[in-house]
Amino acid sequence: MSHHVIEARDVFFAYPGGAEALRGVSFRITHGEAVGIIGGNGAGKSTLLLHLNGYLAPAQGEVRIGDMPLTRDTVASARRAVGLVFQDPDDQLFMPTVFEDVAFGPLNMGLPDADVEQRAVAALERVGMVHLRGRPPHKLSAGEKRAVAIATVLAMAPDVLVMDEPSSNLDPRARRRLIGLLQGFEHTRIIATHDLELVVEVCSRVMVMDAGRIVAEGPTVELLNNEELMQAHGLERPHSLRHHHPH
Amino acid sequence: MSFGHYIEVGRMDELGRMDSPVHRLDARVKALATLAFIVAVMSFPRYELSALMPFFLYPFALMAAGNIPFGYILRKLLIASPFALAVGIFNPFLDRQVVMSLGGHGISGGWLSFASIAVRFALTVGAALALVACTGIHRLCAGLERMGLPKVFAVQLQLLYRYLFVITGEGLRMMRGVELRSMGRPLRFRTYASLVGHLLLRSMDRAQRVYQAMVARGFDGRIRVMRPAGVGGRDIAFLVGWVAFFVVARLWNLADGLGRIFTGAGL
Repeated sequence: MSHHVIEARDVFFAYPGGAEALRGVSFRITHGEAVGIIGGNGAGKSTLLLHLNGYLAPAQGEVRIGDMPLTRDTVASARRAVGLVFQDPDDQLFMPTVFEDVAFGPLNMGLPDADVEQRAVAALERVGMVHLRGRPPHKLSAGEKRAVAIATVLAMAPDVLVMDEPSSNLDPRARRRLIGLLQGFEHTRIIATHDLELVVEVCSRVMVMDAGRIVAEGPTVELLNNEELMQAHGLERPHSLRHHHPH
Repeated sequence: MSFGHYIEVGRMDELGRMDSPVHRLDARVKALATLAFIVAVMSFPRYELSALMPFFLYPFALMAAGNIPFGYILRKLLIASPFALAVGIFNPFLDRQVVMSLGGHGISGGWLSFASIAVRFALTVGAALALVACTGIHRLCAGLERMGLPKVFAVQLQLLYRYLFVITGEGLRMMRGVELRSMGRPLRFRTYASLVGHLLLRSMDRAQRVYQAMVARGFDGRIRVMRPAGVGGRDIAFLVGWVAFFVVARLWNLADGLGRIFTGAGL
């Protein structure tokens, strides 16, 4: 059974004592798709992402991974299928060395040591960071940290990659590397970001969120070219789409 | 970042990751030897001082063989010392009976027991710090767990240790923000109160996010470690050798004996 399909059906969520963060979110993302989730601060993007691996449970509605509803019983397999890369790599890297951090997930999956080693090295090679394996994560540059954080998730061989602001705090070169990496993945990808140029380059489809709802959904170029829609939800038409002539 | 330099965030992890004959020993034999050491040191009567001296051999041997800088452990000891001193500080006032004389001065039991407490503190805490420095907290906790320490304690210990870095990191960033805008003026009490409150909230938020990231990678209440090496001949020799030394040093006052040999007084 394929886990690559991910679906939300009318998801509602409110933080304890707070306002409603999600107010009826529905979508379906299929195998190998790269989808951007865009929207202003506080639109509910991060809250939505935390629902996709069962860290938060909807107050109403359901999330389906593959063809299974995400429940208490299926949460373990959902976490294996959906890899979440957090906004701040410092939250994700907490072991004494890069290698141990990348091995953390596979070890939790109960794999034998030899497989753990092989997976961790393969994941670090994939992001080009295998030379850092013995280094403590807190001493890395922002770009290196981001790449290692992605490796920690890749090592668990997820079907779906979910990323929160993957290009924040990166210098242009590290951002360019990241975009190349994201384009190369065969996983289903869900990327929440304010970096609209990254969305143009990586995602074929976008969902625009505002105040806990998906207010628009469609092909990237078509939606991002809609100046009125972008302005109405705290976004802007990406520069690269304004100029079709070469600079 | 003078403040951060002072706390030396992360240094213990770096030391624990080094490679040396002591680092390569199984975590369990080191933990057991250190436990035996602590029991031996703590079992001496309250006025004992000279018989404790040979025990300094153990922490020094760990540090020397493990390439652990002596000054680093000493600084950590000094940070913790107020606790030990607070335990014994009233002894000199409560116990004024003279129990020995040194160069014509009478020394009261209180001062002697206070000195004994200070030495025991230096020995036990120094040995525990040296143990962590030459093992690494992760391997140490995994070793303790395999020896039967309940899982929940091992994880508590590891997370306590990990969040210590998280909270100092948050604190350092806040202090930098304050220093840059305080123009060298001392902080008012109100500002301090607000800072401490913010530190609590911030570190709770961050702890929450770290936990989210752990859960996302399949954390189920147990931190697993690779290469749990088996116990070999060298490990057994380390344990047996040191425990034998502790027993001998506990039963006979080696410092006293050595003194007698040198002064020709005979044993």
